[in-house]
Amino acid sequence: MALNAKTIPNKELFYGHKACGGCGAALAIRLALKVLGERAIAVIPPNCMSTVGFIYPHMPFFVNSIIPPFAGTAAVMSGVLAGAQAQGLEDYHVVGFAGDGGTADIGIQALSGMIDRNDRAIFICYDNEAYMNTGVQKSGLTPYGMKTTNTPAGKNFHGSQSSKKRMFEIVAAHGIPYAATASVGYPEDFLAKVEKAMNTDGTSYIHVMAPCPTGWGTESDVTVDIAKEAVDCGLWFLAEYEGGEFKLNRDPKEFASVEAYLKKQSRFSALDDADFARVIRERDESWARMRRDWTK
Amino acid sequence: MSGKLFVSGDEAVALAVRQAKPHVIAAYPITPQTIVVERLSDFVEDGSLNSQYLYVESEHSAMCACLGASAMGARAFTATSSQGLLYMVEGLHYASGSRFPIVMMNANRSLAAPWSIYNDQRDSLSELESGWIQLYAENAQEAYDTTLQAYRIAEDPAVMLPVMVNLDGFVLTHTYELVQLAEQETVDAYIPYRNFCNKLDLNNPKATCITAGPPYNMEFRYQQHKAAVDAAAKIVEADKEFGKKFGRSYGGLVEAYKCEDADAVLVTLGSVAGTVRCVVDAYREAGKKIGLLKIRCMRPFPAKEAAAALKGAKAVGVLEKDISFGYEGVVYTNVNSSLKEQGLSVPTANWVGGLGGRSISKEDIQGIFDQLLSGRLEGTQTAFVNLRRDICGA
Repeated sequence: MALNAKTIPNKELFYGHKACGGCGAALAIRLALKVLGERAIAVIPPNCMSTVGFIYPHMPFFVNSIIPPFAGTAAVMSGVLAGAQAQGLEDYHVVGFAGDGGTADIGIQALSGMIDRNDRAIFICYDNEAYMNTGVQKSGLTPYGMKTTNTPAGKNFHGSQSSKKRMFEIVAAHGIPYAATASVGYPEDFLAKVEKAMNTDGTSYIHVMAPCPTGWGTESDVTVDIAKEAVDCGLWFLAEYEGGEFKLNRDPKEFASVEAYLKKQSRFSALDDADFARVIRERDESWARMRRDWTK
Repeated sequence: MSGKLFVSGDEAVALAVRQAKPHVIAAYPITPQTIVVERLSDFVEDGSLNSQYLYVESEHSAMCACLGASAMGARAFTATSSQGLLYMVEGLHYASGSRFPIVMMNANRSLAAPWSIYNDQRDSLSELESGWIQLYAENAQEAYDTTLQAYRIAEDPAVMLPVMVNLDGFVLTHTYELVQLAEQETVDAYIPYRNFCNKLDLNNPKATCITAGPPYNMEFRYQQHKAAVDAAAKIVEADKEFGKKFGRSYGGLVEAYKCEDADAVLVTLGSVAGTVRCVVDAYREAGKKIGLLKIRCMRPFPAKEAAAALKGAKAVGVLEKDISFGYEGVVYTNVNSSLKEQGLSVPTANWVGGLGGRSISKEDIQGIFDQLLSGRLEGTQTAFVNLRRDICGA
């Protein structure tokens, strides 16, 4: 059944938590759990979501949930799955919700191992492009030019000097049964991908762009809009990897303005024209490669 | 499956694990533990063990997988050694703090740097504060028996703590001995599967490995500590029950060997206890009153039992394969503290030996006993056994 605004269950499985207003990550988890249902087992490493979701005795997750060691999200997922399988449990979904650092940096070894084992579990990376829980520090998925508390913007450096790791492709290179990118700005696309992941017989991975008003320097009521704009200006993309093939779900003929997107966020306030040119050049190179390799 | 087999210490552990039938095994190879994971994979392949066997990418992930499995109420097993144990350290605290009754075999091996694959006990003894129950085996039979006992202890509803079974690397892990195997039905009756009260439940969702702030954290810690203290009685009980069912028992927390009337007692743990036992027998024949106090369990520490065994001695030595740099051996610290707690003022001395695989011979132990019997103990200064003084500037 295709899930949309009309058919999505009303029942909330993550609510009453202490996340900031407009939190993209909380929205992503809330939506994903609506698809996965009450028999999901959520593995959420030390990040904003476990911080706002597990403070005893205040328990806002209404599914089974566990905080694994930061580096071990996927390994704990594998253990949960193995424990459930060995005891003959049925009708459940093991899901992980790790941030960009918990996925692409400290969590990448365990994630790689789980994909290698092809354990039937869903790893969801909510990407807000920095270590937000510790106060906005650079991760391997922080984009070029983002001002963080350890990549300050000054006279010599305009924020982060490196670009995002190509995490979706790193995951795909394992030969994973199903991987996708998504955005909270395109919720129906995200819901459909979670549903697909849920029905995948093996490991699946969804990389969902989830803006963080606090770290991005945006108002709390524009999260969905800014997430949508990231896709529309080509700095994020919607794609799938399935059966060994890449597929671009959106291939815009014209991109919205990168400069307008960047200027709406205080994290990019130090960028000058040369920086904008670099961001646009990297975007174009990236799209040329994706279009060349991923479209028939 | 019963009968006697000529096997290594590692194989003895693997055979015990096969009979304990864990739902999930997750382990990463490291010398000298490797044979355990090899044999277990053989058992899974040949169908004699029906476990989920996870090929994990690191010891960190091995412990994480066990955390996840145990959180689901599954019986879990892992094995490691040395650097691997240290790599999984944060997981050790998760396991004890969330009360997951995981059983782990640790092949005691030195820590880098300098690198050494050989035996000492600096790996596990550096983790006394991890909240794990720590048991030490003297020989392959005891390793086999202790592995079975470990599940009984860990999964006891009043305990619910992880247990580490320690075997001296190579000395036990790779040395072949005759090991008496148990009847499967008796093992099943000794360690039936239990329903963990803290497990995640699909019909009644819970959260585990939660956050507890200042208003609650101390109370979790108190309960954890109390469980660890109370585990002492359960360890004794598990050993007694094992004796009844299988005909072998080890004194519970400690074994006091010929300590009753001993003038000098040497305290130690692990395989070197066997060598000390030989020296005790030889000296006893020669009319010298000496004894051995073998510590089976380092956590919870058997303070009362140790002090009771040592109360008549005129001199007590502690021989251990570790050193807390800048102070003394940690076993010595624990023994001294126990004596003080029980109001005993026996002269004590500390011998550190076997670091990085250096042999400890009968002659070395005789020398220690001779010094203890002489009554001339040089304070509590830590002595290095068999130190090549000529090459290290000592």
